[in-house]
Amino acid sequence: MRSLLIYLKDYKKESILAPLFKMLEASFELLVPLVMAAVIDVGIAGEDRAYIIRMCLVLIALGLIGLVCSITAQYFSAKAAAGFGTGVRHALFAHIQSLTFTEMDEIGSSTLITRMTSDINQTQSGVNLVLRLFLRSPFIVFGAMIMAFTVDVQAALIFVVVIPVLSVIVFGVMLITMPLYRKVQSHLDSVLLATRENLTGVRVIRAFNKEDEERERFERENQALTDAQKFVGRISGLMNPLTYIIVNGGIIALIYVGALRVDIGDLTQGEVVALINYMSQILVELVKLANLIITVTKAVACGNRIESVLKIRPDMQNGSLTWGEATERCAGHGTDKNSEEVKCSDGSHTVPPAVEFSGVSLTYRGAGAESLSDISFSVGKGETIGIIGGTGSGKSSLVNLIPRFYDADDGQIRIFGSDIRAYDIEDLRSHIGIVPQKAVLFKGTVAENLRWGNEKASDDELYEALEISQAREFVDRKEGGLDFQIEQGGRNLSGGQKQRLTIARALVRRPDILILDDSASALDYATDAALRTAIRLIKDGPTVFIVSQRASSIQYADKILVLDDGELAGAGTHEELLAVCPAYQEIYYSQFPKEAANG
Amino acid sequence: MADTINTTDQKTEAGQRPGQGETLKKVFRHLGKYRIFVAFSILLAAVSVALTLYVPKLTGYAVDYIVGPGQVDIPGAVSVMIQIGACTLVTALAQWLMNICNNKMTYQVVQDIRNEAFRKIEILPLKYIDGHPYGEVVSRVIADVDQFADGLLMGFTQLFTGIATIVGTFGFMLSVNVTITFVVVLITPVSFLVANFIARRTFSMFRLQSEIRGEQTGLIDEMIGNQKVVQAFGRGKDVTERFDEVNERLGKAYLKATFFSSITNPSTRFVNSLVYTGVGITGAFAVVNGALSVGQLSSFLSYANQYTKPFNEISGVVTEFQNAVACAQRIFDLIEEEHQTPEPADAVELSGVRGNVKAEDVSFAYEPDQKLIQHFNLKVKPGQRIAIVGPTGCGKTTLINLLMRFYDVDGGSISVEDTDIRKITRRSLRAGYGMVLQDTWLKTGTIRDNIVMGRPDASEEEVIAAAKASHIHSFIRRLPKGYDTWITEDGGGLSQGQKQLLCIARVMLCRPPMLILDEATSSIDTRTELKIQDAFAELMKGRTTFIVAHRLSTIREADVILVMKDGQIIEQGDHKSLLSAGGFYRHLYQSSLCSQERRG
Repeated sequence: MRSLLIYLKDYKKESILAPLFKMLEASFELLVPLVMAAVIDVGIAGEDRAYIIRMCLVLIALGLIGLVCSITAQYFSAKAAAGFGTGVRHALFAHIQSLTFTEMDEIGSSTLITRMTSDINQTQSGVNLVLRLFLRSPFIVFGAMIMAFTVDVQAALIFVVVIPVLSVIVFGVMLITMPLYRKVQSHLDSVLLATRENLTGVRVIRAFNKEDEERERFERENQALTDAQKFVGRISGLMNPLTYIIVNGGIIALIYVGALRVDIGDLTQGEVVALINYMSQILVELVKLANLIITVTKAVACGNRIESVLKIRPDMQNGSLTWGEATERCAGHGTDKNSEEVKCSDGSHTVPPAVEFSGVSLTYRGAGAESLSDISFSVGKGETIGIIGGTGSGKSSLVNLIPRFYDADDGQIRIFGSDIRAYDIEDLRSHIGIVPQKAVLFKGTVAENLRWGNEKASDDELYEALEISQAREFVDRKEGGLDFQIEQGGRNLSGGQKQRLTIARALVRRPDILILDDSASALDYATDAALRTAIRLIKDGPTVFIVSQRASSIQYADKILVLDDGELAGAGTHEELLAVCPAYQEIYYSQFPKEAANG
Repeated sequence: MADTINTTDQKTEAGQRPGQGETLKKVFRHLGKYRIFVAFSILLAAVSVALTLYVPKLTGYAVDYIVGPGQVDIPGAVSVMIQIGACTLVTALAQWLMNICNNKMTYQVVQDIRNEAFRKIEILPLKYIDGHPYGEVVSRVIADVDQFADGLLMGFTQLFTGIATIVGTFGFMLSVNVTITFVVVLITPVSFLVANFIARRTFSMFRLQSEIRGEQTGLIDEMIGNQKVVQAFGRGKDVTERFDEVNERLGKAYLKATFFSSITNPSTRFVNSLVYTGVGITGAFAVVNGALSVGQLSSFLSYANQYTKPFNEISGVVTEFQNAVACAQRIFDLIEEEHQTPEPADAVELSGVRGNVKAEDVSFAYEPDQKLIQHFNLKVKPGQRIAIVGPTGCGKTTLINLLMRFYDVDGGSISVEDTDIRKITRRSLRAGYGMVLQDTWLKTGTIRDNIVMGRPDASEEEVIAAAKASHIHSFIRRLPKGYDTWITEDGGGLSQGQKQLLCIARVMLCRPPMLILDEATSSIDTRTELKIQDAFAELMKGRTTFIVAHRLSTIREADVILVMKDGQIIEQGDHKSLLSAGGFYRHLYQSSLCSQERRG
């Protein structure tokens, strides 16, 4: 939580003034019993009506000043909290932008969304409350004691005993109940889970006749919840009666001491009334303080969760090599012949491959086994590579390494001869067009979505990309064409339309490497084929990786990689693989029954 | 507060709803079981309020015994002190017991209501569950009940004691002095008015804030939810800029709403200080005139404080309570929802199922005005295979819904072993079927728990054999905890295909006499699917099987093919006869030949 407080630094003035004004208000409140004592001792005893009226005007004035101070404090604290919330939100959002895929997999996007929304909101309210109230209550509690000392030292000693005892009760009950409340919450979560499961899985539960068992389970969870609630209720229910006893005990003691002191003339009647008033004030403020602490603890817990996300330092080291430098090194291997030469082309002077994997392995964090093991292959510039294999065979993992979404655990990946880790990540990715498996579009127009690929693309360039991706025809038919509004999540488009737009988006940036990660699955055969032809015809075409479950999509690739359970089961052209690779044969013939393939 | 009320209103369907009174009656009916606690609670509250209010009066007496030097009546003061002490102890005890009573009955009632709601969920017709978003039903059972509990508890503790305090204080004050009482009664409502005034003024500010917050949440949801795409395209900076723009606006709206609404507390406090001053001035004059003692003035001052407090709280309590009643209404709506047709008393236990299924003149529709299945006849002999085909979204699952009796037919009848399924216990009917759905569902628990769902008594060997037949065993074995690996709600960590394999293993284990396979292999890759086919073929041998499928080989081998389109069964027959009939099936077959080749 502490490191979050730097977001208050632009609001130093507000953060100091708010509690200050609140304290000012509290001090005026503390004066009230003294004024009343004066009314009794001077005004009433002396039957001085003018004095009584004057004192009451003073009371109203005190109230007014208190009102003004308090409103000022509210303003400063609201301003500081607003600034704090805005600052933390910005920082967290920007930080999330810098997280790597591994970290995002680990945290999960739903967690990140909760951190961004409800956690920040709670922390913000916490800050606002603390600035407003956290100083006020202790101030009144101790202020009341100090005021008591100014009235009478002996009577004030009662306060010295009562305040610690009250604090022990109030904070003790709170400390005991807080973990218990957390337990209640976790029981409630179990009840929620049971309810949810019985709705989402209603067909399976009824098909397997599990209703009675589920009912028993629910009633068990519910009983546990009730027991926990009653237990914590019994303990927190102790607070009010106990504090009541202590405060009234204090009042009794005050009366006793007061009686003795008044009798010998050390104290007046009005002062006794004032002391009793102070005693009642303490209780009210302590209870407020306890409630405040509960809210603040929650806020601190939320703040700590936010902080733990902010603390994650991206585990990927960025390089500095730009795409331009890298390709220049390779193309014109005359300029600087020393170190780069070795990297570029294994000693020979041929042009290095566009993408080269040597002995690459990948294990996702937290996974039990390798997702890719010992993969080696190389791809020349402009070639088309097909990647095929069953579910979970590692196809997507492989292509996700190329834009450096993940780092390999073992082996090396070279892009145009340079180690991928030498590249500036942003620059590297800006030369790669990737079409992810899940077709994601954003709220906004078609043009806005396409320009994600390249902000500066002209309308003509957009149309060109749409034509290649076979999307031109349906975009033209949409109302507004390029300005057609896509709803959130692309709800108003079909699956195939979304896929074609995501392909166009990747093409708009005229990538040097294009990755299609099973991204034509919703297209029919003819469109899929037309798309592949159009990509092949791009002038100075990109190096293309096509991941697919369909043999037909990758059949004509320059090279096909067959993956099986994370291992490279075969690499070569369609004909080569069909002749020698059993895994490929199995896939191919399951899709093209032999007689059909022969015919 | 205003916000919550608004949303409640929106959810309220117009008309035909019982009024608040009706709902309150139901709440009281649930409280009936605990009426002893209610009576005790009220009694104890009355005791504690009366005594709490009596203490300032006693304190006043004590003050009157302490007038000045030499004018102190020590024995008098001591006797008052003893009275105060006794009152305090009794009050504290009463408060504590009241808290326990309130807790007990609130949580007990809440537990009863939740159990009732859940029991209802288990017997709700599928029509209701399919027709309502899960989140909505869940929020009734969880959030609404919680809100109701809060309101109930608050109602018992605060509303009742609050009103009692106001009435009691009023009485006590009247008993001491009438004029000053009127001063208090006249000024106090002002704080109420001030609070209301501010609430009304700030309402639009809160609305603006929640609108912007909604906009921001939408943006966060879209961008963080698809963070990988954002990063793949290096759009972090632009997205952050867009976010910042909304964020700035939110900051401003927050400041306005928070500041203006936070004026309420200081303002009411100011009004309270006016009351205090009013009592002070009139009281002091009364003392000077000899109509009041200083002790009485001091009790009055503390009454003035006590009298205003419940007023400040009461508006909050009332909204909370209204909200609680609205929540209760939603829960009771669920509890009172019509449940599925009860089984007749003489419902038979289906046993020795061989697989005879017959549909006679069946008609069915989800919506009365959208007729789906009409006059449908089908006769299935044991061991036959029935394929249901048709384009996506044509309602293939409707038939499954009817066979499993998730829905009842509107006309005609479906019978198993020549018994109308409405005369068979649901339990034994469903036990006759093994079902694998396209929509894979796993329960929270271990992998083993999920496999043995249909046969909890299965031995370890049988479980492993079923997993092996489903080609999921080697995957499970590689997991850190093997069969004891915990699966969370969304099957976390398992791919769609792996989840489906687990669902298949579940059926492989219990081997019921009839099977329903709804696109059971849709998420499994071709190679694994091929391997499973053998296990499936062996499983289907001798079992009546209903298959929703797209694989041509499966369809071709079926004994009966039902062709569905737009929810209706338009053709029926075997592969050959349908193909030669040249209808929709032929068209479907030819186009799917092509798609089959693509799909893989």
